[in-house]
Amino acid sequence: MEDMKKRVQLSGNEAVATALRQINPDVFPAFPITPSTEIPQYFSNYVANGLVDTEFIPVESEHSSMSAAVGASAAGARSLTATSSCGLALMWEELHVAASNRLPLALTLVCRALSGPININCDHSDSMGARDCGWLQIYAEDNQEAYDNMVQAYRISEHPDVRLPIMICQDGFITSHAVMDMELLPDKVVKDFVGEYEPERYLLNENGTMAIGPYAITDYYMEARRAQAQGILNAKKVILDVAREFEKISGRKYGLFEEYRMDDAEYAMVLIGSAAGTAKDAVDKMREAGKKVGLIKIRVFRPFPAEELAAALSKVKGIAIMDRSESFSSNGGPIGSELTQALYHARCKAFTVNYMYGLGGRDLQVIHVEEIFEELMALEAKGDPKDSVSYRYVGLRDIADPDHKQISYLCKPENSEQA
Amino acid sequence: MIEIRWHGRGGQGAKTAALLLAEVAFKIGKNAQGFPEYGPERMGAPITAYDRISDTPIRVHSNIYDPDYVVVVDESLIESIDVTAGLKEDGAIIVNTQRDKAEVEAEIRQKGYFGRVYTIDARHISIHTLGRYFPNSPMLAAVVKVSGFIDEDVFLENMEASYKHKFAKKPEVIEGNMEALRMALRELK
Repeated sequence: MEDMKKRVQLSGNEAVATALRQINPDVFPAFPITPSTEIPQYFSNYVANGLVDTEFIPVESEHSSMSAAVGASAAGARSLTATSSCGLALMWEELHVAASNRLPLALTLVCRALSGPININCDHSDSMGARDCGWLQIYAEDNQEAYDNMVQAYRISEHPDVRLPIMICQDGFITSHAVMDMELLPDKVVKDFVGEYEPERYLLNENGTMAIGPYAITDYYMEARRAQAQGILNAKKVILDVAREFEKISGRKYGLFEEYRMDDAEYAMVLIGSAAGTAKDAVDKMREAGKKVGLIKIRVFRPFPAEELAAALSKVKGIAIMDRSESFSSNGGPIGSELTQALYHARCKAFTVNYMYGLGGRDLQVIHVEEIFEELMALEAKGDPKDSVSYRYVGLRDIADPDHKQISYLCKPENSEQA
Repeated sequence: MIEIRWHGRGGQGAKTAALLLAEVAFKIGKNAQGFPEYGPERMGAPITAYDRISDTPIRVHSNIYDPDYVVVVDESLIESIDVTAGLKEDGAIIVNTQRDKAEVEAEIRQKGYFGRVYTIDARHISIHTLGRYFPNSPMLAAVVKVSGFIDEDVFLENMEASYKHKFAKKPEVIEGNMEALRMALRELK
């Protein structure tokens, strides 16, 4: 029975905790924060029940949990921690330490809004805020993907061409606390797939000395940073190779992103995370009505699949780029900025509109997605969609309106006109 | 697809009941999703939980706005929350109450909902069978009976297996919970 794949119903948090039980990492320091708390909670049960022989360290803050994970990884152990929101913010310093020391540790992140106002619900402010820390970032649409990504994590992170820490992200509450149908791989299959960690250099190796966290001034700092960038550049191929091998044990196919009904699509939506499931239902509905719409769900945000995305979007007329975090740049969100840059380099002719949605857990519904596609079509019909350059908010409530009706809101300075 | 919305207060088990319902549906081969929507994290604060049950895979991740069924675990919420919002006219609402059904039905009609109304005294059932107030088992049985997506005997068999797993360390509460389910199936009005 143990050798068979098993259909189960688990929350996203329990799904990731189960993958970690199967991986049986060496060291897991953790500090609780909603909505990721359940992951170390489930895992500490596995430790107490002898299902894993991991060293589980309850620490006093997220600064410490990441520091301990970094220390363990430098010593030669396979380590990880879990967090959300402000917990990730408190790790900011160590995130850079982990990446610049080329330490292949993992972080299971359950995405949650940052303060303020204080909010426990999902958005991508935390992970997107850490997008330039040198970590790999992989996102999940549902519980199955959160589990599958966790199983693939160390193979990517520990690969000699990469050697970088990896963030496995899922949406707070929407997947972390929702039970859904999914399939678990047998313990042994996961164990064999992940393999033993055999670091080439590590602090506890008595036969080879090394420095961790050295000082480098103007003479070597730039060379070190350039060497670190190579790991990110190499990661794309490794991620795809690992995905191909994963398909052999699971039957499930993964890439840098997923294309959904894009073949003859004239309008496309690009987004990350659980909202992709909702948007797929909207795409199906509009396809039934004869509208040529499609969707791209980004799975890997770091490294950013710039050329590949531009190629996949080369034939569409209009693109809605969806961001679940406000970067306060006055120029749209992180996916909006990075994707439009990629499209520009590829001389892509499509117009883009960058939408902010789902901040602090605001629900994105099928109807919102349909409205966004209709808006793209209306802009195209107007003949000059370039006036869409600014970014917009989806499902924002008009606080001045007594019914608080939801509006699509164009973001521009107050001294210019609003759409 | 059947969509169900639960209204309760933190600590009453509405979330647990929603997750249990999803588990029951999953066990009989349906696709199912069960999830909570949290407001403030404290006992007594209103919480909403949801279930989707379908013969095809479920991808949508938004909340439920046009439910087939609404379950009100705490009737004091009827005053403060629009519990029938979007509820389908050919669906139904189930209210946990000790009052007469006619009185509750009149209150729901006043809110502009003219579909089916059911009541159940989960407090009486729970105290009678478990000795304490845990409304979620009776409410779970009530929604199973009203929605009819699963045969009652199959439901009871599956719940017995779930309780045996869930209460492995407290086997003495299994029979009480089973009796709460059976009594609720009989006493739903």
